[in-house]
Amino acid sequence: MAQVSSISNEQSSTAKSIILKISRYNPEHDESSQFMEFNVKYEKWTTVLEAILDVKKHFDHSVAVRYSCRQATCGSCGMIINGKPRLACFTKISELDSNVVTVEPMNNFPVIRDLAVKFEKLFDSHQKIKPYLIRDDTELVSDEKEFLQTPEEVEQYIQFANCIKCGLCNSACPTMATDSSFVGPQALAQAYRYVADSRDKGKDSRLKIIDDSHGIWRCHFAGSCSQVCPKGVDPAMGIQLLRGYMLGFRS
Amino acid sequence: MRESTIMKIHYGTALAAVALVAVHILMRLTQGFADSLEYESVLANYKFIPYAIMLELILILLAVHGFNGLRVILIELKQGRIYEKAVSYGCLAAMIGLIAYGSRTIIMTNMGLV
Amino acid sequence: MPQDEHKEGVGGMINPTRYGIERVAYLLMRLSGLGLLAYFVAHIYETSNILRGQVGWNEFLELTQTTEGHIFLAIVIAMCVFHTVNGIRVMLGHGGVGVGKPARPDYPYDPASQNYRHKIGIYSSIVLAAVATMYGLAVMFGE
Repeated sequence: MAQVSSISNEQSSTAKSIILKISRYNPEHDESSQFMEFNVKYEKWTTVLEAILDVKKHFDHSVAVRYSCRQATCGSCGMIINGKPRLACFTKISELDSNVVTVEPMNNFPVIRDLAVKFEKLFDSHQKIKPYLIRDDTELVSDEKEFLQTPEEVEQYIQFANCIKCGLCNSACPTMATDSSFVGPQALAQAYRYVADSRDKGKDSRLKIIDDSHGIWRCHFAGSCSQVCPKGVDPAMGIQLLRGYMLGFRS
Repeated sequence: MRESTIMKIHYGTALAAVALVAVHILMRLTQGFADSLEYESVLANYKFIPYAIMLELILILLAVHGFNGLRVILIELKQGRIYEKAVSYGCLAAMIGLIAYGSRTIIMTNMGLV
Repeated sequence: MPQDEHKEGVGGMINPTRYGIERVAYLLMRLSGLGLLAYFVAHIYETSNILRGQVGWNEFLELTQTTEGHIFLAIVIAMCVFHTVNGIRVMLGHGGVGVGKPARPDYPYDPASQNYRHKIGIYSSIVLAAVATMYGLAVMFGE
């Protein structure tokens, strides 16, 4: 017990504090969003998500935030932190180098409440590009039990398989900022993930889906999607490589 | 027309226009910028058939590239079936109109109808 | 009533401050494209004055051969050179050229597509636009 107390004393002695500004908005009642400010103590390892949860615990339990794994794996806690889309669980307050931390819901997603946004369109776009292996044969009827791949073949797509569907790329994309019909960098990068998979035979059908007036051609290679991706997926690379097939640069 | 076909035309017109506009600008510079803009000099340019053909090509290439670029920007700004159709046909009409207007200048000057 | 999509809007689309030089290039590409289209339409109208004969042509030429006209043309040169050089970079990128190769990502996950080749391409297009503008100004004001 004494040990716990001393740790607690040590924490409070090294802790600094910041002003956490949280965007509050309930589409059912409010005309527009408003910021609420909280003074939050933090250590150098404290994440923005932990600070928000601290606010919920000690100041205002009604702050709406979606989170789950707290380790950048579930893709739930994407939000705009100091003007840029980031995962709250993957962003340390000490890294932000600011005495004021502003958190807002992700852009280009409808707001459910406060920091929680709807992901339906992201998932619909993801589903639209057929995010699964397309083959005429299947494992069940084949003589072989597995579709073998060389390490080089795996390397072609494994980076893009890291996508956690957090939506940060769609939030940063300049086309998504105005184009509601754009399929988005997340779905396009996933289209490349399957097209580049040596086991997949669905390239033509996927290229047909994205060859639309609001498909792959609305990407202008601004690269903001890749800059905010918390998993190193680099959607901009996937999209350009995918477009390389359509322009005849790749076969 | 498929979007990929439109965008291939967009890239193709850009590359071709770069080459031809470079020749067009070099012609101004080699003749001396102010001198090249004198009435007689410009008239002689228009009457020289290969140059007139090049001007016509530049006109078509840049009109296609420019108005398709405008279409891309406009359909990204706002969506909706009617709006997008209006933008596409509007840009096509403006493109044809500009090519027609520019061609009139080139053809009439080339034929000496000035 | 359609649900508010919470779009960032045109303000977000044209904001060049958050995502590095690539986003600046994206904005300049759009602005220069629109500017060049406007100039192109004006140029077609300008040259049609030749149909009005020598007097008509000289009248219009007088309007453009002014200090303001030369400065305007210098801006057009800048837009033209930037749009051309950056356009070639973007076109190559669109074909998958110079965007890096897929590989297992390592922390801190620097995106391979945002590499020095493309950054050099962007800075080159800005520098070349500036050089061409200065040359253009020297030619126009030198005569």
